[in-house]
Amino acid sequence: MAEETKAPAASGGESRPERSGGDRPERSGPPRGPRPGGGPGGPREGGRKFFRRKKVCKFCAEKIEAVNYKDVRLLAQFVAESGKITPRRLTGVCTPHQRRLSRAIKQARNIALLPFAGRAQ
Amino acid sequence: MNRSYELMFIVRPDMVEEDLSKLVSTLESSVTSASGTAKSEVWGKRRLAYRVGKFNDGIFVLMMIEATGAVVHEVERRLRVTEPVIKFLTVRTDEELKRLDKIKKIRDSKKKASAQPAPVAAPVAPATPDAGTETPASAPV
Repeated sequence: MAEETKAPAASGGESRPERSGGDRPERSGPPRGPRPGGGPGGPREGGRKFFRRKKVCKFCAEKIEAVNYKDVRLLAQFVAESGKITPRRLTGVCTPHQRRLSRAIKQARNIALLPFAGRAQ
Repeated sequence: MNRSYELMFIVRPDMVEEDLSKLVSTLESSVTSASGTAKSEVWGKRRLAYRVGKFNDGIFVLMMIEATGAVVHEVERRLRVTEPVIKFLTVRTDEELKRLDKIKKIRDSKKKASAQPAPVAAPVAPATPDAGTETPASAPV
């Protein structure tokens, strides 16, 4: 009975010997190509999974309009360990804010508030 | 036609307090004599993110200037020549301030007219202490 209740949903990795392969085109096993797996590529495989963990832009959420090169603590959140600016798809920042942010980071680097490369001491 | 600038410069860490204030006041007076306003803050000694000409720390000074471009050009020239100053950065801020003002105005006008449902997400504080319109249902979030 448990199988019957679960069967129509057809989601889940359990392979049932009764319904293997051909029945459900979506659920065939290994022969399929790379699955999106909710990864950071967005809907690539025919849009099976549309949204991956809706990431909110931190600036839009908190309504921070001005990104100043002077607040190092805010900027340092968007800079990787190597000193590189983290890409938008990882931080979830929206485009206009990302542009302002990257400008501010570059200004901060110029005035020695943030490093160009390496960890900020 | 005055523009607003932010000028930040770094002075070598082994500079004496009085020399620093003398330098700052010289720069300020060069701005005010050319009909501008200047306001400065000394941030104090900070560790630099990378080595700048043999120094690992520096004294940061921030100046807010409202003047024409030529005045700022002159100040920068002086900074370049002054030996204790090791780095400086000028940022023009009037466009940014204009934009922020505009946004603030839009937000304020939306707050006052809380009667109409704002389609753009502007989470208005539910209780605006306004003697005028008082709507029980605020903007649908």
